[in-house]
Amino acid sequence: MAVPSAAVQPRPSILSRSLSSLAESRNALGFGFMLPAAALLLVFLTYPLGLGVWLGFTDARIGRPGIFIGLENYEYLWSDAVFWLSVFNTLLYTISASILKFALGLWLALILNQNLPFKSFFRAIVLLPWVVPTVLSAIAFWWIYDAQFSILSWALQQMGLIDHRINFLGDPTNARASVIAANVWRGIPFVAITLLAGLQTIPQSLYEAATLDGASRWQLFRYVTLPLLTPIIAITMTFSVLFTFTDFQLIYVLTRGGPVNATHLMATLSFQRGISGGQLGEGAAIAVAMIPFLLAAILFSYFGLQRRKWQQGGGD
Amino acid sequence: MASVAIGDVYKSFGTVEILHGVSVDIKDGEFVTLVGPSGCGKSTLLRMIAGLEKISRGQIAIGERVVNNVAPKERDVAMVFQNYALYPHMTVAENMAFSLMLKGVSKAESDAGVQRAAEILGLVPLLSRYPRQLSGGQRQRVAMGRAIVRDPAVFLFDEPLSNLDAKLRVQMRAEIKELHQRLKTTTVYVTHDQIEAMTMADKIVVMHDGIVEQIGPPLELYDRPNNLFVASFIGSPAMNLLRGEIATDGSPSFRGSGGISIPLASALSIGNGEPVVLGIRPEHLRLSDHQGIPVTVAVVEPTGSEVQLIGRTASGEEIVANFRERHSFTPGETIRLTADPGLIHLFHGETGQRFETRTEQ
Repeated sequence: MAVPSAAVQPRPSILSRSLSSLAESRNALGFGFMLPAAALLLVFLTYPLGLGVWLGFTDARIGRPGIFIGLENYEYLWSDAVFWLSVFNTLLYTISASILKFALGLWLALILNQNLPFKSFFRAIVLLPWVVPTVLSAIAFWWIYDAQFSILSWALQQMGLIDHRINFLGDPTNARASVIAANVWRGIPFVAITLLAGLQTIPQSLYEAATLDGASRWQLFRYVTLPLLTPIIAITMTFSVLFTFTDFQLIYVLTRGGPVNATHLMATLSFQRGISGGQLGEGAAIAVAMIPFLLAAILFSYFGLQRRKWQQGGGD
Repeated sequence: MASVAIGDVYKSFGTVEILHGVSVDIKDGEFVTLVGPSGCGKSTLLRMIAGLEKISRGQIAIGERVVNNVAPKERDVAMVFQNYALYPHMTVAENMAFSLMLKGVSKAESDAGVQRAAEILGLVPLLSRYPRQLSGGQRQRVAMGRAIVRDPAVFLFDEPLSNLDAKLRVQMRAEIKELHQRLKTTTVYVTHDQIEAMTMADKIVVMHDGIVEQIGPPLELYDRPNNLFVASFIGSPAMNLLRGEIATDGSPSFRGSGGISIPLASALSIGNGEPVVLGIRPEHLRLSDHQGIPVTVAVVEPTGSEVQLIGRTASGEEIVANFRERHSFTPGETIRLTADPGLIHLFHGETGQRFETRTEQ
């Protein structure tokens, strides 16, 4: 009763059959194409992140693999005043620098969006602080803020505005303001150029229509520019906040967290405890403690700012 | 409502002059179209009326007031843009109420105004939608609604139908015309489509290379084009144009290349041998047995209501003819076409200006 053709032909082995069906499956093919990228992410992102999280649960030191100690590192940090100071510093640093970068960056973007002479020249110049390596600009700021040779102090003295040199990095309040200023200087170009790109996607005819509708310059900004720029602002500021929150180089070159830990950020404290101090487990725990803040920033921007009803088409 | 007076207006961008002295008088309540090929300066002129472009020389008055130095929002004009320029982050109702909101009109009054305009345009069910959720025709209507709500002195339309498909364009054309008949607001309408201009306008301004070629009611432009440009621009299919010269030995006639000879009206004041361009509208050509222009049939296009024939003269000039009768032609055959001398247009061979030949009716 068997079907003759099936009986005559040799049956393909299970292995080759499953291989050929795999080759024909779109999903399997897609998975295959994804593998190289997935492997890179696994090796260079997931593994270090996982290792970091694991180290936070151990008492590992440099040169000695640790053993699992549960939440002991976190319990210690919970009662560590320096850790909490670094959390405060990080929040202060991130929030004030981000607000300043946003305000100044938006202002700069609006200026660059005008029809200025030498427009492209200025746009290129504005990018400079962003393309200079952080360490280089940090060293430059180190000189600008130097207690003896500060050009700022010198200039202000020459103008007769102050009578003794400013102790930029030696005084806790001054040091905080100084590192924030340096970070703002470095971060403005990113915000300005990204927002400028956003501004240029707003059709000119909308401004013309609003002008005919009777809008003043401020109303043009308030009712046309700002709402249409919100999605770009959300993305730009999310990135800016993430960069600022995890900043390390600038602080490390300028103050190393001093004076009296006044400028220690979570990233610099983590490095100091983990690498310089050799307490890998504790350093990792500080780094892991940054994750909730970063996730909160991303979620806030995603749910609060990026999705706008008017951007979604269709849907009666 | 107001009249618009454009007096000898020039416009330059840098060293390039776009408009070379344009004068147009638009009466109160009139529907005027500015028509011409791309780059003729018609949109620039419209934007100058709106105040979006500065006037280099000359003056524009809306009503009694010269508006050269009046800010756009003070001019009491509303404009419908080619891409509609709807605010994407506002609902239809908010889009329409925006100008009222800026003026500080009370919420109740503004709602009533929006409602009234929405009823005129059939937008009531769409008031809470965003522009992205609308079709092209609906967006077009919202753009008009935004203009109506303001109850301006002058409506300005900048090629408002060019982003719509052919069928919708015809429909919206009728809607805009009906709207004008209802509101009777002075309207300036820019288009490159001469059919739009012909069907909608009380008065057409034909522009070309920054100058006005002719101003007049649609049928006058069609029947008595001032020059070759207007003759070839107005009308679809375009007027047939043949180059040749005048022969006044015997009864006056036109002598074209390839031995074409066409009799002309007897009252002719053009000298013998004068170079001219002869124009005949496709629908004015008739079939003839023995006389007339010999034409070889190239393509026959029956549309149902008429038969359109594309043929060539012996010297290769293209001739288009429209017949209401359902003649049948075979490509390749030679037929003869004649025209009533009273329906023939003559233009100067060099300047392109019209010669008065037609018997006045």
